[in-house]
Amino acid sequence: MKIGVIDYGMGNLFSVEQALKRLGCEVIITADEKALDTADALLLPGVGAFPDARKRLAETNLDQYLQKAQRENRPLLGICLGMQLLFEQSDEVTPTKGLGFFKGCIKRFSGSQEGQAYRVPHMGWNELIVTNRPAWLHNEVSAKHVYFVHSFYATDIVESELVAYADYFGIQVPGIVMNGSVTGMQFHPEKSGELGVYLLEQWLEGVKAC
Amino acid sequence: MLTKRIIPCLDVKEGRVVKGIQFVSIRDAGDPVELAKFYDEQGADELVFLDISASHEGRETMVDVVRQTAATLAIPFTVGGGIRTLDDMKRILRAGADKVSVNTSALERPALIQEGSDYFGAQCIVVAIDARYSEEDSTWMVYTHGGRNKTPWSAIEWAKEAVRLGAGEILLTSMNQDGEKSGFDLALTKAVREAVTVPVIASGGAGHAEHFYEVLAQEVDADAALAASIFHYKETSVAQVKEYLREKGVAVR
Repeated sequence: MKIGVIDYGMGNLFSVEQALKRLGCEVIITADEKALDTADALLLPGVGAFPDARKRLAETNLDQYLQKAQRENRPLLGICLGMQLLFEQSDEVTPTKGLGFFKGCIKRFSGSQEGQAYRVPHMGWNELIVTNRPAWLHNEVSAKHVYFVHSFYATDIVESELVAYADYFGIQVPGIVMNGSVTGMQFHPEKSGELGVYLLEQWLEGVKAC
Repeated sequence: MLTKRIIPCLDVKEGRVVKGIQFVSIRDAGDPVELAKFYDEQGADELVFLDISASHEGRETMVDVVRQTAATLAIPFTVGGGIRTLDDMKRILRAGADKVSVNTSALERPALIQEGSDYFGAQCIVVAIDARYSEEDSTWMVYTHGGRNKTPWSAIEWAKEAVRLGAGEILLTSMNQDGEKSGFDLALTKAVREAVTVPVIASGGAGHAEHFYEVLAQEVDADAALAASIFHYKETSVAQVKEYLREKGVAVR
């Protein structure tokens, strides 16, 4: 299976590339639309600030390409900032429109919940709680934790689009969201040990079934 | 619920792990990648590589080590030692490390923290602080060059300044406790933890599993604890520490 990792200059692409290769995928990292057309599925990575990332997607016309891919129901996985970009809007730095594949807004963790102060960023291993199990996520595994590192999270989401969340001081932090052929993971599956590998593997199985 | 992290630290010199000789189960105990895999299998939540190479060649070798580790490991890892410029950060992070840690270089030029944080995001920038209690100052002061040189900064003030400049995490080592195996410096850890809003990794002094409990439990509430020699010399294992913490009701992976 060939995965087209969208290279728009944001993020640590090496780890995700290696993780996919370990799962037997052919990986191309490119901004070239013709090359991306040959991929079975697309992956939108991302580390950094939302407005920068959004600007780069626009400058490279990759935002148009992703819109088209979504209309054509091509499998797309957004990771971390790559997931956040799939939402309608983000408040990071300045309000910026996202790709709008998911309803909701990306907001900063406030740092306090009911008078109790908590750490920002949300960094480390948190338990993933599944709410709506998609067809591709059929099995339970013993590992329960995945690795998060982020200061912004998706709010006002559509409950039916939520696959799994993590609880951070009473806040429901969307971990996996899904709408049609588009999936988002807020944590880093490529850095999440056994469960991360399993989730990537299952997502790839889902792609195969498409 | 976010779990507490246990982080083994590996000292790497010219591409080889030093003090890593006690593993009988590993073919090449000097190979950082082999050791990283071993700790991953043990349930380590993250790893820290401290590059103590003296030479330029040694640091170049570290980039290869990072690349190989990133190709093998499915947990995050941090690289510290010898990172003095934004270009140094780029080399290490592009080779696949998740975070870089800066210490003396950030004290010499605090703008380095901001440059790294603006470029890569705060989550990639760890500021390592070596602190020792000073009777004269009645607080913990920051030292550089392995504890030889005292700076004008108190640990608490420097931690706050580092976070203001964009540090995403503080790696706090007690020079008093380091190597003593009598437990982490709880007062220091608590003071710094309360002074900043980013996660704090406690380091220095781990001797057995109870020490991890003391520093991670509610009273001190460090976000993570780091140790080197007790894991390397198999005095305890990551798995044993986690089992102990779990029994004590601390959330661990």
